[in-house]
Amino acid sequence: MNGLLISLIKREISVVLRSQSEFVYPLAFFVIVTSLFPLAVTPDPVQLAFLAPGIIWVAALLSILLSLNGFYQADFEEGGLEQLLLAGVSGSNIVIAKSVANWLVTGLPLVIVAPLIGVLFHMDIQANGVAMLSLFLATPTLCFIGSIGMCLTLGLRNGGVLLTLLILPLFIPVLIFGASAVQAASIGIDYSGQLAILGALLILSIILAPYAGAAAMKISIN
Amino acid sequence: MWTWFYQLASPKWFYQFANKWLPWLRAATLILFLAGLALGLLFSPVDYQQGNTVRIMYIHVPAAFLSMFTYVLMAISGAIGYIWRIKMAHIVSVSCAPVGAIFTLLALVTGGIWGKPTWGTYWEWDARMTSELILLFLYLGFMALHNAFDERKTADRAAAILALVGLVNIPIIHFSVEWWNSLHQGATISKFEKPSMDTDMLKALLTMIVAFQFYFVTVLLQKVKAEILDREKLSGWVKKLVVKQGEGVQ
Repeated sequence: MNGLLISLIKREISVVLRSQSEFVYPLAFFVIVTSLFPLAVTPDPVQLAFLAPGIIWVAALLSILLSLNGFYQADFEEGGLEQLLLAGVSGSNIVIAKSVANWLVTGLPLVIVAPLIGVLFHMDIQANGVAMLSLFLATPTLCFIGSIGMCLTLGLRNGGVLLTLLILPLFIPVLIFGASAVQAASIGIDYSGQLAILGALLILSIILAPYAGAAAMKISIN
Repeated sequence: MWTWFYQLASPKWFYQFANKWLPWLRAATLILFLAGLALGLLFSPVDYQQGNTVRIMYIHVPAAFLSMFTYVLMAISGAIGYIWRIKMAHIVSVSCAPVGAIFTLLALVTGGIWGKPTWGTYWEWDARMTSELILLFLYLGFMALHNAFDERKTADRAAAILALVGLVNIPIIHFSVEWWNSLHQGATISKFEKPSMDTDMLKALLTMIVAFQFYFVTVLLQKVKAEILDREKLSGWVKKLVVKQGEGVQ
């Protein structure tokens, strides 16, 4: 990792942290949405523990989706993004920096909060640990994939809704393997395969997403 | 040969090329459909387990096949347009989307109609049906993104990138859904095994697949023609064309 990338990441984080409380919203969303399910479905501990992996995973997916906007939209509208590109910073570096910062500000807190939700859903310790681990491996993937969609919809008026339509189908593999790792752990069978695939998806997304994102960013900024 | 190829990249030439070929393609499609439907509905045996419902396959399988083929074509022509900035390639790519989406929808609907008497339910979270559903979402995303931009050039390039990202993702999605399905699927469904398909059935199916392919090319060219006219409406040759046709009507 070179100095430029590190300073870019620092910039992203400080920009987002200075925008008051905006960065807390996705986290609050995650907690509130998950706590709606016992109210809507059932407070029965056995059923909740069964539903928990899926609920936690879908909620995590959506809160990452919500968090993307904060890293791109303001930067795009104020022209900061354009200035960076004009200054000769490559688009893929910007995408990497934004994705890493996005993960540090949103993904990591999600990983830390998830076990708390697991307790509310009566998940056992083993499953809870795996939930944390799977989220740890997969939330960066979601940030990277999401950055492609975000770059594609930068200049658009209804970008937010469109982003959902573009990105959620691409999230499906991550969702399947993440949720099933937790499910496997909760019924006590081997879950290492799912985690390995999550890792593979992470590597793949780190390699490919910055290029796709940079190409999309160039189109949007033109 | 190369000049012919280059000419194809010009909308005007492509339009004339499509005009020349469309009557033949329409005729071939019609004949193939009549032959395929006759073979499928009249001259192929009933399945010993499923009875006549098996005939839905003659629509379902070609539609499913073309739904995936169309996506690949859409992504590849989008990539060609993106890399070499060829207007025609973008036009083909964009024209593929609604056609492919309809094929996907057709495959899903016929799958449901087939599933009701065979499986006892319209929808089953079967691996192939789920993949097909996600494919439909990808098509919808492509069309939505292309529509969202005001400027066509930007829309073309953005949509091409999305199609390529989707193309990379399709195998991953397919694999993950298949894996997920094998995990969750109990012994509720006995998928119909076809150790060796009856030759008459195979003949009908292959004819229908070819018919669908001809239909696809015909509809695609038609759509491309409309797209060309829409994009080139300010150019001289389109004006001339419209004036000529207007005179013909009078």
